[in-house]
Amino acid sequence: MKRLVTALSCAVVLALATSAAGSQTLKAVKDRGELICGANGTLAGFGIPDPQGNWTGFDVDFCRAIAAAIFNDPTKVKFVPLTAKDRFTALQSGEVDVLARNTTWTLSRDTSLGLDFVAVTFYDGQGFMVRKALKVSSALELNDAAVCVQQGTTTELNLADYFRTNHMGLKTVTFATGEEALKAYESSRCDAYTTDSSGLFGERLKLAQPTDHLVLPEIISKEPLSPAVRHGDNQWTDIVRWTHFVMLNAEELGVSKTNVDEKLKSDNPEIRRLLGVEGQYGEALGLSNDWGYRIIKLVGNYGEVFERNVGQGSPLKIVRGLNALWTKGGLQYAPPIR
Amino acid sequence: MTDEAHSVGHAAHRSRRLGGIAVQVALLLLIGGLAYGAIVNAAQNLARAHVATGFGFWQNTAGFDISQTLISYSASSSSFGRAFWVGLLNTLLVAAIGIVLATGLGFLVGIARLSHNWLLARIAGGYVELIRNVPLLLQLLFWYNAVLKSLPDVRESIAVPGGGFLNSRGLFLPRPELAPAFTAVIAASLTGIVAAIVLHRLARRRQERTGEESPVLWPTLGLVCGLPLAAYVLAGQPLTFSVPEMGRFNVRGGLEILPEFAALVLALTVYTAAFIAEVVRAGVLSVSSGQSEAAHALGLRSAATLRLVVVPQAMRVIVPPLTSQYLNLIKNSSLAVAIGYPDLVQVFTGTVLNITGQAVEVVAITMAVYLAISLLTSLLMNLYARSTAIVER
Repeated sequence: MKRLVTALSCAVVLALATSAAGSQTLKAVKDRGELICGANGTLAGFGIPDPQGNWTGFDVDFCRAIAAAIFNDPTKVKFVPLTAKDRFTALQSGEVDVLARNTTWTLSRDTSLGLDFVAVTFYDGQGFMVRKALKVSSALELNDAAVCVQQGTTTELNLADYFRTNHMGLKTVTFATGEEALKAYESSRCDAYTTDSSGLFGERLKLAQPTDHLVLPEIISKEPLSPAVRHGDNQWTDIVRWTHFVMLNAEELGVSKTNVDEKLKSDNPEIRRLLGVEGQYGEALGLSNDWGYRIIKLVGNYGEVFERNVGQGSPLKIVRGLNALWTKGGLQYAPPIR
Repeated sequence: MTDEAHSVGHAAHRSRRLGGIAVQVALLLLIGGLAYGAIVNAAQNLARAHVATGFGFWQNTAGFDISQTLISYSASSSSFGRAFWVGLLNTLLVAAIGIVLATGLGFLVGIARLSHNWLLARIAGGYVELIRNVPLLLQLLFWYNAVLKSLPDVRESIAVPGGGFLNSRGLFLPRPELAPAFTAVIAASLTGIVAAIVLHRLARRRQERTGEESPVLWPTLGLVCGLPLAAYVLAGQPLTFSVPEMGRFNVRGGLEILPEFAALVLALTVYTAAFIAEVVRAGVLSVSSGQSEAAHALGLRSAATLRLVVVPQAMRVIVPPLTSQYLNLIKNSSLAVAIGYPDLVQVFTGTVLNITGQAVEVVAITMAVYLAISLLTSLLMNLYARSTAIVER
């Protein structure tokens, strides 16, 4: 009886205990000693463990940059693979500190899910992949086609909108994970596979005969991919946001992983502020002043991260396109560090 | 016992009873307080995290497509509420068909296991042991891949006699289009069935009274089949078929049976039938052997003994565990998420939850719906069980 009462009162205390207040994420991460990052786990080029079990990818490198800024060690990250269905619940519940999982920034997600999107790290759009044997050269010829799609994504909604706007019949086959959808496409359960265009190139590599498949030229939607954090913790949002801007500014100023040590001695005031030689911008964020130097030295600038994960230094070979710097005609533009 | 001892005994008994009641009331308040505290805590956390709450999402436009809909549904104009009903109907369809098929197969296998034929009994026993011990999810994936891989590609469809197609996208049959006059045919068939039941009752009563059997077979056939046929002809043949035709990518029109649906029904049927077989076997073994010996002594053969003497008595033991197996089947149908069949969990707790982000409301609704379905099923089964109970005279 006594043990029962003790157990019940413990349960009461636990049930009524409130969760940690929102503004403590940085402190919690530092206490824990590592960053917990929500990643994809199956998308080549963005977030996937290699055969040795080390995580690689565009979003993975972004999380490593945050860890480098906080801990001066890009390996102090734990990656949690999340499907499209449970990614938001994982972030909302506090299971991960930041969600870097090729997630599209939309109004409903920004408002009703309790998340904040920090900055567009990758400008993408939705496309289709079909077998070359079908002799289809445009998405407008896909009337009455069966399309495999992952559940719970903007892809599913855009697909329905596109086919309705163009008065085409549609049969959707939805799956819980991208892998199942791709497998079904490969076994000819459906005629076309749709996801973000960057993902199409990565997924095509997983097929048995990548050259048998064609990525159609139409981009049917805007998919600005952005990492997400929880509402309410402004300091953490700033840290994550400015990590991206540091990497962009570094590329703009010509500072890269290879030459960052020489650039420490530069006279250029912008570079000096970027690397923390001048100013106390790091401390304003709650980090050390050389946080910018740490990110560039341990991970690299935006261009380096892009090229080695999804660009010409990778099997995907995606061109910069919209993701080039604003000085080169693209959309990547960072506010100045001052 | 003296009066004094009596009153002391009464007082002790009463105070113990009051003490017991006090403890129960205290426990009730504690549990109520826990539940209330948990709900308030959840609401506060959701509000602090600025997650939307409430049921306003029900009317919002869904925006996504569903591959199998028993009622009309469109991505652009249907609401999340409509998607919920589509998913629920799909679940009920799978559950209903699964229950019927699993019961049939389970009874067959259970009785086969008790057969005197050595090979038949061993095969049935092997089936039960194999199926019971492999997880249902694995069996479902096996059936799905087996069904998909064995069917030909769309462009090499097998032509089904009657104007249909069979390929890896599904089985396409001519869809019956019912004119409004068809209600006359439905009314006629219902009348025929009722009349046939009345006829059987009358024949049974006559047999009990006079011992003579009345010819039932042909009048039954005439009533159940002939009446609707006559109504059909008289109403001007109100039934046409829309034939499926082969398009550039897919078959268009007609009645579509998805391979996901077939795989789910197959897996659920085979799996649950193994458990039902054991329940039936237990029920048949529970009937004392004296019953079948007496039936044999009366000259009844094995099949008639089973049908008329053993199984009706075994039903008393079979029905309660059978209810559990039906509830298991209904809940196991939620594994449809693994193969992409659009049942309630896949559509509502999957897609709708992800789009609206309101996990608490959506999961609570889904749990309430499954609870309602299960309670209804067990209520109906308990009503039936009451009819098989032994009545003391």
